[in-house]
Amino acid sequence: MKTTSLNQTHREMKAKMVDFGGWDMPLHYGSQLDEHHKVRSDAGMFDVSHMLAVDIKGGLARSFLRRLVANNVDKLTQPGKALYTCMLNPQGGVIDDLIIYFLTESHFRMVVNAGTAAKDLAWMLAQRDEIAPGLEIIPRHDLAMIAVQGPNARAKVWQVIAGAQAETENLKLFQATMYDKFFIARTGYTGEDGFEIMLPSQDAPDFWHALHDAGVTPAGLGARDTLRLEAGMNLYGQDMDETTSPLESGLGWTVDLKSDRDFIGKSALLEKPVKQQLIGLILLERGVLRSHQKVATQHDDNEGDGEITSGGFSPTLNQSIALARLPLTVSAGDEVQVLVRDKMLRAKVVKHPFVRNGKSLI
Amino acid sequence: MIIPSNLKYTKSHEWVRLEDDGTVTIGITQHAQELLGDMVFVETPDAGRKLKQGEECAVVESVKAAADVYAPIAGEVTAVNPDLESAPEKINQDAYAAWLFKLRPVNTADLNNLLDAAGYQKILESEED
Repeated sequence: MKTTSLNQTHREMKAKMVDFGGWDMPLHYGSQLDEHHKVRSDAGMFDVSHMLAVDIKGGLARSFLRRLVANNVDKLTQPGKALYTCMLNPQGGVIDDLIIYFLTESHFRMVVNAGTAAKDLAWMLAQRDEIAPGLEIIPRHDLAMIAVQGPNARAKVWQVIAGAQAETENLKLFQATMYDKFFIARTGYTGEDGFEIMLPSQDAPDFWHALHDAGVTPAGLGARDTLRLEAGMNLYGQDMDETTSPLESGLGWTVDLKSDRDFIGKSALLEKPVKQQLIGLILLERGVLRSHQKVATQHDDNEGDGEITSGGFSPTLNQSIALARLPLTVSAGDEVQVLVRDKMLRAKVVKHPFVRNGKSLI
Repeated sequence: MIIPSNLKYTKSHEWVRLEDDGTVTIGITQHAQELLGDMVFVETPDAGRKLKQGEECAVVESVKAAADVYAPIAGEVTAVNPDLESAPEKINQDAYAAWLFKLRPVNTADLNNLLDAAGYQKILESEED
């Protein structure tokens, strides 16, 4: 199994390890719920080194990305600025969702999902050969990535990285900067403030221990999933994949159909009518919503029932929530029925996110 | 792993305790609790329900997954643990104290067909292989 440079550290900290798409990763360090609450109320850290940073280097970097991804990299004008986007196949399905950082005109950095990294690279190399021969595409397997998240996350990072505060306290959301050996981005996957930090792999264990000493709680993939679900953030492979349109996956806001820029998948998106949407559900009865449960709506007009794409228990709201792909005719406030195990349970349709910055939005 | 010697066990990770009044108390084992992780929801059978041996009769659901609980022996449900509806985490805190329900057995001798602590230990070891 693949391991990150923090593998031994996780084991020393009594993590329960799981096979996550071929990676040996921490699920939790005792209690997933405690870790979740710590991130909402204080600060937690996640080893996300299984995700892959990819540097795109060369004069054609921007024009390559204009064609490669669905969001418009021309929104990136200030060095350090980040953009969330999908990379689509010609049929308009989602190959991956990723973040692109603009560093210089000849250097962009992408961060892609672990489970899709190999196919992403193969796709990008093939496109590169067509669109931008000579452009360098460099997977950064030498970098570790640690997400420090929570209302006190930034302050605790500043305690650990001497001198970083002056350089990073004015970073806005979705901005990043290099500081010493650290690449520090004000991004995350929890709905809380914080940083995602890349650093040389060999330095990750010491940095992790220093953060721990500063009071940052180690948190595993379990808490990462409940936090991102509360934050209404999509998970690749569950909420969207190569067979689903970003426009039917709650990702329309990341797809630039306004400019006349032609990107891969655009013509397919324009041709195909949008019939479904990704929207939130809150379970009104006792039980737990899970992915793939069927949803029956009052507006079911032979378009087929909806389905939960991500479901679970929300520790912040203390009830079950979900993201579901439902017909466009359904809207927030409607009541639907979900087949949970062998029972039909009532759920309310709501706009997501469910939680931001420690507070319920429901 | 703690496996109390005064209890009986099933392969599906229930524990069973014979009480002085002839009823049996049923819960899930420490091993099951550890596998499932933080509990968030417990559904218990209604008192009075008659269960066959092996019948699905309760659900324990954690942040990670839902698991069925099976009746270790045949009997009628006499009581359910009222604490678990509001505090399912009690199972994580002490799996052998946080019982799910009690049965009046059809035949107390059925308990002899269940595993003792040593037998359950062997099941756990074989699952690890």
